[in-house]
Amino acid sequence: MLSCKQVTEIVNDFVEGRMGWRQRLSFHLHIGMCRACRTYVRQVQRTRDLTGQVTDEPIPPAVEAELLKRFRGWRDKGGGGPGT
Amino acid sequence: MMLPGMDPSRGRTPQTDAEEHALVDALLAGNESAFIKVVRELHGPLQRMAQVWVPSAASAEELVQETWMAVLTGLASFERRARFRSWVFQILINKAKTRAVRDHRSVPFSALVGEDEDPDGPALDPSRFDASGHWTKPPVDWSGAEARLGDKQLVALVQKAIERLPDAQRAVVTLRDVEGMDADEVCRTLGITDTHQRVLLHRARTRLRAELEAHLEAKPC
Repeated sequence: MLSCKQVTEIVNDFVEGRMGWRQRLSFHLHIGMCRACRTYVRQVQRTRDLTGQVTDEPIPPAVEAELLKRFRGWRDKGGGGPGT
Repeated sequence: MMLPGMDPSRGRTPQTDAEEHALVDALLAGNESAFIKVVRELHGPLQRMAQVWVPSAASAEELVQETWMAVLTGLASFERRARFRSWVFQILINKAKTRAVRDHRSVPFSALVGEDEDPDGPALDPSRFDASGHWTKPPVDWSGAEARLGDKQLVALVQKAIERLPDAQRAVVTLRDVEGMDADEVCRTLGITDTHQRVLLHRARTRLRAELEAHLEAKPC
């Protein structure tokens, strides 16, 4: 029987879907009976989902313009190979 | 009780091989709008990754620009076995490592492979459990606190918490959960083993959850 502490140590394998059937069974048995661990698992999933909503800063226009200039320079010097 | 979330294949911009080949061909042909599209999409993620290795935002910016130049130079010899995105990240990471060595700074994933696993102790505070492994301080449902804060604020909290993670954990959780790469892609990009990826991701997610918990519980109803 898994302890709550053990559940928190392997929770990520559960969230990742990479548990063997035996381990998954004991995990399900535990969280079926333990409200605290169910809450914990849900919080880990929620954390991952919130992390997925983190967005990057858009590229500053000046940087984009500079990169485009260099791209043109690269292309005009032959770029990706013969024929260009 | 339904527990959603066994979907290891999350991806922000899932691209098929055909789409990738078309993109690389367009770049090789000198197509500006293809270049702008890929720069807009990857610049932010690259900047975020660069900051794992270099000390300032300015040097990260420089590193990213260097990376783009190396992408153009190397494009003709890009072997299309790897994902374009992974390949670009690999160029960035190689450049970052070279730079770190040159500047005598420690390099994540050389030292950190051993270093990251123990010095901070267990990812979750052991005092949360008694000797038999039962919760002494069980997690409290977040729904009440979450309703007050809203996703935008929570995401901002997570973003700050990511910045405080140890480098290797930060790199892994950024690629996996922010950029939506799968485990294999992360291993190839960072040059780490699957076991290592798994440990680092576990620790990172555990810590991020704990940080959210600290904030959500600090403001009781």
